[in-house]
Amino acid sequence: MDTAIIIEKGIFIVVIFAITMLFAMYETLAERKIAAWFQDRIGPDRAGKGGILQPLADGLKLFSKEEFFPNTPNRFLFIAGPAISMSTALITSAVIPWGDTLHIFGRDVVLQATDIDIAMLYIFGVLSVGVYGIMIGGWASNNKFSLMGAMRASSQMISYEVAMGLAIIALVMMTGSLSLRDIAAGQHGMSWNVFYQPVGFLIFLVCSFAETNRTPFDLAECEAELIGGYHTEYSSMKMGFYLFAEYASMFISSTILAVLYFGAYNFPGMDWVTENWGANATTWIGVLVLFGKICFFIFFYMWVRWTIPRFRYDQLMKLGWKMLIPLAIANIVITALAILWSDGKLF
Amino acid sequence: MILTLFYILSAITLATAFLTIFSKNPIHSAIYLVLCFFSIAGHYLMFNAQFLAIVHVIVYSGAIMILMLFTIMLMNLNKEDEKNKTLLSRIAAAGAFGLVALVLIATFIKSHAVIARYDVSGKDYQSIKVLGQVLLNDYMVPFEFASILLLVSMIGAVLLSKKEHING
Amino acid sequence: MSIESLSLSGRKKEVSNKKMTFMESLYLVAIAKGLWITLGHLFTRKVTIKYPEQTRSLSPVYRGQHMLMRDDEGRERCTACGLCALSCPAEAITMKAEERKPDEKHLYREEKYASIYEINMLRCIFCGLCEEACPKQAIYLTKSRVMVKSASNREDFIYGKEKLVMPLEMAINNTKPQMAK
Repeated sequence: MDTAIIIEKGIFIVVIFAITMLFAMYETLAERKIAAWFQDRIGPDRAGKGGILQPLADGLKLFSKEEFFPNTPNRFLFIAGPAISMSTALITSAVIPWGDTLHIFGRDVVLQATDIDIAMLYIFGVLSVGVYGIMIGGWASNNKFSLMGAMRASSQMISYEVAMGLAIIALVMMTGSLSLRDIAAGQHGMSWNVFYQPVGFLIFLVCSFAETNRTPFDLAECEAELIGGYHTEYSSMKMGFYLFAEYASMFISSTILAVLYFGAYNFPGMDWVTENWGANATTWIGVLVLFGKICFFIFFYMWVRWTIPRFRYDQLMKLGWKMLIPLAIANIVITALAILWSDGKLF
Repeated sequence: MILTLFYILSAITLATAFLTIFSKNPIHSAIYLVLCFFSIAGHYLMFNAQFLAIVHVIVYSGAIMILMLFTIMLMNLNKEDEKNKTLLSRIAAAGAFGLVALVLIATFIKSHAVIARYDVSGKDYQSIKVLGQVLLNDYMVPFEFASILLLVSMIGAVLLSKKEHING
Repeated sequence: MSIESLSLSGRKKEVSNKKMTFMESLYLVAIAKGLWITLGHLFTRKVTIKYPEQTRSLSPVYRGQHMLMRDDEGRERCTACGLCALSCPAEAITMKAEERKPDEKHLYREEKYASIYEINMLRCIFCGLCEEACPKQAIYLTKSRVMVKSASNREDFIYGKEKLVMPLEMAINNTKPQMAK
């Protein structure tokens, strides 16, 4: 195999890993700041200028805390829980197209770790495996509240994966590909999928809230009922890993939302930029645009968190099975009819 | 390199499969089974069957085993709950399984390959596009039958779980 | 006017358990409304007071750290009668009385004074009953204008006379307007 490709991909993966970590770190600060602003407060502002060093302080605190083990039936699984959560949150980024092709050092560098034609399915696979982190951790805690949190998390994630998959099917029918690169390239300029699939987008949005265990669907760590849910017994950096994994998966799911429905790295007027400033400029601006969209979705996650109260468990299940799945199926049928009609095969 | 990978994967598959049977704790059993499924997905990947591998992960590890773990955790099985089976039933079970294995091995030895020679068509049958076309063009009827079978079982599950209303 | 239609606050809303329509049960409109409200709060003025640097102004009826008062001539008013200790519901006050020597007339107003006067600030509930009980108007919770500071030792919360008695400079300041007369 070409050594240069390995080096190129290696560097790219490390960079993406670093960016994901950085985002996850500063999401913790952003969450606290945004929560404060929504509640007419200022938020943490003591560590560094405007609280810019707060994540470091938090990390240091978590690192120096006592490593506590409950009377667990299996120490290995107790450690494996947060590790699985963290790794599944990180490996999703492998198939995401972070930008178009870049021409540097006489090479065409594709800003994507790997372009497999089943990228969408890969994401679903990783998502479904992600449940194990919570489930195993919750079970190994040897605590009824943890187990209950794990149960809720897993049943909720399984339920919402169905609606999520159905929402994606309509999108895949439109684009005709499961590869994220093709889906991204198909939204050139301003023809973003959200304009053609508004219902699908809404369903996908709601489901990604449920998949990332964020409010209003954070029943797995519902404080009022379950103390801390699946991470009740966790302390120190293992706890930090769970929280970090949550923020990392929030970043990744924001990215997926941006790539699938909000045009990925495409922005209006990109042809003009290519003509006047060159293809590289388009790529760089495209990457910035993508990160702008990601930041918006992260903000949206937090915005919703501080607006909507937590759903009750039966409401959650009702919404998933009785509202979203029928809506998604109707969306598929309508999309199919629309595609046939636009091809002139209907009537 | 591929061969080494194969040996490692096979070792994991066999080891976790045996551990699934031999571990006393049902949760550990289930987790070993999950690992076993993952290594089987790895085998599929070595055949370059990406679609099959990922669907295997989604369906078996991601859905079926999670539901299985779910029920095991909810039932909270302990060692005390385990019923002591009599020696006779154990021998009967072992004998029955041995006979089934014998029949299977016999049929496999006697059987002949349907396709004598594989043609190299140059077509990438692992590509999801080709796979879809083959499924929906050449094997349309069995595919639809399979989907109807799934639909029927789904309706059956809904009917079973539905509460019976006494007054209609 | 019947009790059903009476609304004291003018914001009475009839609760109904009517079945939601499909669109309502998706909560889309309600959520959009809620998001709009929270977005408004993002840009409102923040109410935080950054405590150590900024402090809130005290209300006239606040109750903070106690102060043992001095009279116009700078003498301690307390006569160690013990009524404050008696009235204290938390039993936070202890004192030891002593007789005033003839050469201490400029220090203590009454013939008997408290040689030791201690308040355990961990027990004190800042109810102000000592202030009400005092016949000599010697103890006040509203004059020091400070709150009891935090500390990391339990012993540090037993405040003796050195912390409770009105500082001399304050007493001198109090006498100034009279001297001007």
